[in-house]
Amino acid sequence: MGENVLNPALPHSAPLLRLSFGMRLQKIGLNPTLLAGLVILSVVVLMAIAAPLLTPYDPIAQKLDEAFKPPLSPNHPLGTDNFGRDMWSRILYSARLDLQIGLLSVVFPFVFGIFVGISAGYLGGHVDTVLMRVLDVMMAFPFLVLVVAIMSVMGPGLFSMYVAFGLVGWIPYARITRGETLTTRNLEYIHAARTIGATTPRVMVRHVLPNVIGPGLVYVFTGMVLAILVGATLSYLGLGPQPPTPEWGAMIAAGRQFLLQAPWMTALPGLALLIFGVALSLIGDGLADRR
Amino acid sequence: MGRGAYIRRRLFLTVFVLFGVTILIFGMVHFLPGDPAATLLGDRATTQNIAELREQLGLNKPLPEQYWMFVSGLVRGQMGTSMQFHQPVRDMVVSRLPISIGLALYAILLAAFLTFTFGLLAAVNKDTWIDQLVRVSFLFVLTMPNFWLGILLILVLSLGLHWFPVAGFGTTFTDHIWYLFLPALTIALALSAVLIRNLRSSVISTTRSDYVRTARAKGLLERIVLMRHILRNAVLSTVTIFGLQFGFLIGGALVVEIVFAIPGLGQLLFTSITSRDYPVVQAITVITALMVILVNLIVDLSYSFLDPRVTYG
Repeated sequence: MGENVLNPALPHSAPLLRLSFGMRLQKIGLNPTLLAGLVILSVVVLMAIAAPLLTPYDPIAQKLDEAFKPPLSPNHPLGTDNFGRDMWSRILYSARLDLQIGLLSVVFPFVFGIFVGISAGYLGGHVDTVLMRVLDVMMAFPFLVLVVAIMSVMGPGLFSMYVAFGLVGWIPYARITRGETLTTRNLEYIHAARTIGATTPRVMVRHVLPNVIGPGLVYVFTGMVLAILVGATLSYLGLGPQPPTPEWGAMIAAGRQFLLQAPWMTALPGLALLIFGVALSLIGDGLADRR
Repeated sequence: MGRGAYIRRRLFLTVFVLFGVTILIFGMVHFLPGDPAATLLGDRATTQNIAELREQLGLNKPLPEQYWMFVSGLVRGQMGTSMQFHQPVRDMVVSRLPISIGLALYAILLAAFLTFTFGLLAAVNKDTWIDQLVRVSFLFVLTMPNFWLGILLILVLSLGLHWFPVAGFGTTFTDHIWYLFLPALTIALALSAVLIRNLRSSVISTTRSDYVRTARAKGLLERIVLMRHILRNAVLSTVTIFGLQFGFLIGGALVVEIVFAIPGLGQLLFTSITSRDYPVVQAITVITALMVILVNLIVDLSYSFLDPRVTYG
């Protein structure tokens, strides 16, 4: 073993083919899109974690004599806002909140949506009919409008936002997983598992779930982008985390009235949101390409 | 199944969905945590105040009776009275609805223009720098929140170059077209970011089919092959995606109305939320759901006109 059988003259350690960077990435399951997304996301996450080390300023401490400093001012690389608060530290600290929004907003929808999708697809019959009709009804609502309507009953704030996302966000996961389950349920290994006497819950969890969860997992990243965008929109509208908590959407809203005087107050948080969103989209696209 | 039978089945389904929509909106007020009367009165309300308001709003009646009042009101076009403005919700909504619908239609027109221009441009120049530029630019647009994109357009095109008004709606029809251009463009950019991706890949895969090769072999002009043979077939899946994206378009439009201070449903919706005016919120939620249902019905029914080969099974 280990000898080069095709050409014994070549020493077995000599590489037959030099792998390009792209091919090496593919060997470990990465592609350039996925890698780019992961790198950007890691940087964002690290910066959010290390926020206190990366800035000496308190993100909510007001210093009115330092208000409206443009970016690249001494001591304030990204300038200050109308209350003299350092933009760089506000953007860093709000990364923590927006990461949390992105994560918490997809956990429940993912788990519940996968559960509904597998149940509908595997059990079929009335369960499927009822669940699919519920989906039809939920899909008639624009996502944002339904979220906003739920929040109008529960009142504004982060908690209501998570509840609203939880109640609305599971739909795509359920649809995707149901479709996958419909093709998987008739495969041989599922029949085999049933034949040897595995119970329905066991087949669903041990045999169907691992084989249908992939596309739902890929969608998690799209779902996170959506959650962060809608979250930012809600706080732009004043329904999300309340001031002075730094959050990108709320910062954009605060900058809106100083658009001429201090355009950076609006542009920079939006840019942060954009970078974060692009990272997640790249990861989603990269994962989808892998399949 | 013939077209007639399909349309009947589809309409039956629509009626069912409408029923579900009313149940859901009704249920929201009654089953979510939070008493609408208490929320409405704020923190300083006494238990007696709350009890009185509950009685006044009919919240103490049995649920089926309340649901019946809600639905029969909707059918008669009576959606209650605004708690904030003490006006019939119907009048408030009816005066603003045309503005929002106009904005949405304007955005759809612009989105169609952007999608066909850039989708085809990218597909025809597949894998060249033009393709890459279109794809990367619209990936960025896709990830931008609508409201931020709107503000950036204001910053550059209104405040910077003075090409368009910063906000408002105007008084004459020409004014409206002029004032609504930037808001419509904001919505259209976001919508077309999704559609361009789809049209591009759909055109590329259609180009590989045999009938396109035959058309080219016949010596047809490339322009005719592209418009009559490729695009007509490729556009079908893009229309489906449009139907699915319509909800996002409506949501985005409501927010963009706020950014550009347009007196449409969006402004009414968001002021009603802040003041906890839930009859108004309910009415707008019903209307947007109706719009989504209607557009998806039109999309489903349009297939057989766009592509005569489509049969309904």
